[in-house]
Amino acid sequence: MSADTLSVDTRLAPQPGTGSLRRFTRRRSTIAFLMTLPLLLVIVCLVAYPAAYGVYLSTLNRTMERSIGLGNFEILFDTDTFWNVVWQSCIFAITAVIAKALIGFWLAHMLHHIPTKGQRKWRGMLLVPWVIPPALSTLGWWWMYDPSYSSINYLISIVGAPPVPWLGEPIWARAAIIIVNVWVGAPFFMIMYLAALKSVPEQLYEAAAIDGATGFQRLRYVTVPMMANIISITVLFSLIVTFANYDIVRVLTNGGPRDLTHVFASYAFQVGILSGNIPRGAAVSLFMLPILAVCAFFVLRGVTRRNKEQM
Amino acid sequence: MAQVSLRKIVKMYEGDVQAVKGIDLEIEDHEFVVLVGPSGCGKSTTLRMIAGLEEISSGDIAIGGTVVNDIPPRDRDIAMVFQNYALYPHMSVFDNMAFGLTLRKFPKAEIKRRVDEAARILDITPLLDRKPKALSGGQRQRVAMGRAIVRDPKVFLFDEPLSNLDAKLRVQMRTEIKKVHQTVRTTTVYVTHDQVEAMTLADRVVVMNQGLIEQVGPPQELYHHPATRFVAGFIGSPAMNFLPARVENGAVHLPGGAVLPIPEARRARYAGAPGMDLLFGIRPEHLTDHRPGLPNRADITITPEVIEPMGMETLAHFHLGEARDCCARLEPTVLAEPNVPIVLSADMNNMHLLDAKSGRVL
Ligand SMILES: Nc1ncnc2c1ncn2[C@@H]1O[C@H](COP(=O)(O)OP(=O)(O)O)[C@@H](O)[C@H]1O
Ligand SMILES: [Mg+2]
Repeated sequence: MSADTLSVDTRLAPQPGTGSLRRFTRRRSTIAFLMTLPLLLVIVCLVAYPAAYGVYLSTLNRTMERSIGLGNFEILFDTDTFWNVVWQSCIFAITAVIAKALIGFWLAHMLHHIPTKGQRKWRGMLLVPWVIPPALSTLGWWWMYDPSYSSINYLISIVGAPPVPWLGEPIWARAAIIIVNVWVGAPFFMIMYLAALKSVPEQLYEAAAIDGATGFQRLRYVTVPMMANIISITVLFSLIVTFANYDIVRVLTNGGPRDLTHVFASYAFQVGILSGNIPRGAAVSLFMLPILAVCAFFVLRGVTRRNKEQM
Repeated sequence: MAQVSLRKIVKMYEGDVQAVKGIDLEIEDHEFVVLVGPSGCGKSTTLRMIAGLEEISSGDIAIGGTVVNDIPPRDRDIAMVFQNYALYPHMSVFDNMAFGLTLRKFPKAEIKRRVDEAARILDITPLLDRKPKALSGGQRQRVAMGRAIVRDPKVFLFDEPLSNLDAKLRVQMRTEIKKVHQTVRTTTVYVTHDQVEAMTLADRVVVMNQGLIEQVGPPQELYHHPATRFVAGFIGSPAMNFLPARVENGAVHLPGGAVLPIPEARRARYAGAPGMDLLFGIRPEHLTDHRPGLPNRADITITPEVIEPMGMETLAHFHLGEARDCCARLEPTVLAEPNVPIVLSADMNNMHLLDAKSGRVL
């Protein structure tokens, strides 16, 4: 493609004179540029500018009057709460993404093996958690987590176990947040994996069955490698979204008890908006960037490599 | 290595589609059997039942004397080559070929020895490190065969393995498959819709039509002694001509008034023919330009509509009465022209008479 446009350019370039403007607009590269322009504008306005502005903000002092360089980061690195947030975010995101991926994979497999007619019905129902606005569904969960009057502890009491202080104890609160996040996010994995499953040629399974593979071996040596790209892209995408998750923590625990369930986004909000130190809030959010960038680098490199080899 | 027996095999798909309607077939050890027939006649279904990829609705399949109806594909000790090769795109050629052995926990050295050996037979040693994507169609085909060979299974199954190749490569790979079979001697069931492939490869050809076997026999036998109109028309290219005919006074009477005397040796065979509604069947290669003096020849005058010079021969297309799309093969030296009548000579030793109603060859 690029070689192609290049050759068009060199052919047309050395012909000055009348109509050169028209020729300029007719060039393929010009047209291509014009057609991508709206997208470039959107990216500049909604991505590049806010990101650059965020970087700029993070270097200011509290009153946003003068630059203090990396001062905000230095202060953050000295507080236990911040490191706690880093840990909590990583544990939250990684556990939740793994759980979503596994459950999504399992659901996709179940769906894939029921006939098309019933499949549509089940697929629709299983997508419901994903399409409800999370702030609302989280509110529902908040009720269900209520220690004394609500359904979850009631069910637990039937089994005879003592009630669980879901949102009161840090360890349970963390679990509660992860459960809700998994509940909301697993259908996304399910739908992506279902599409990927459908694209694996049936004959590969037949070939593997004849080659001697058991059901599990077919999964291990055919399905998973064939889905590797979708799996890694979905995981990356979900990791980014989960790292930046805000609403579930905000609604369920608001960071409590004792700031022990904060993740980057809710902590940044607390520091930047609620406590009024916007530059330091910006610094908190920016800290996600290197972590995600490293993940993205490795995942996308793997995808490119596999694409080159297999497609 | 093993025999394969099919006994009264029936396959019903959902919705009452009867794809295979009761097939009996005994395949000997080391034999190369080709299932041939038009698209949709149930060849693939039969093969897939042997492989265990499709359940058998009724009947028994035995491989090497063991009934395998309820044995999953992986325990049947068979290998299959698919039309679109079904290579694992994420594995190298070596891993593709080694996969079956790896799963069966063969020692590394043994796997390497077998893969190298198969790669040598198939001439793909330099490709072992590549991924399937980096191979041409013919090379993929070889890898797919290699995957079957390394397993050293009881039976090879091929489902239209050459259909995705271009014409030239197809002929080349056909020879290749025959060579491989002569080397490894594994019992082989091969499915194709191409009668040329069937004739060239098979020890025995099984002609199928609409879920049933029409005829089983060595290629030459099917060619010279077809049992039904279907087989007579299916085997051979261009196809056999069928002309409506009557038999009177020891001669075949064709529309348009041609009278072709039946050779002495065949009179007894056609004793019951007079009075029946018949079809006179004759292959284009037995309907040639006029050659006086040859025994058991009869003359027919036709008017060619189209002349096709092929180089080594010339095809003349004509119609005779009701029978359209007839064809004769002429020597290239014969100067035939469209719409100019020409006298042809029918080789009556190779004629066939068929019952027009039942389609049976008399
Ligand atoms: N999975 C299936 N479900 C229903 N009908 C099928 C299925 N597979 C094949 N058939 C039908 O069975 C018949 C035989 O098919 P097949 O064995 O594939 O034919 P061939 O390989 O000789 O072309 C066809 O009429 C086809 O439509
Ligand atoms: Mg078929």
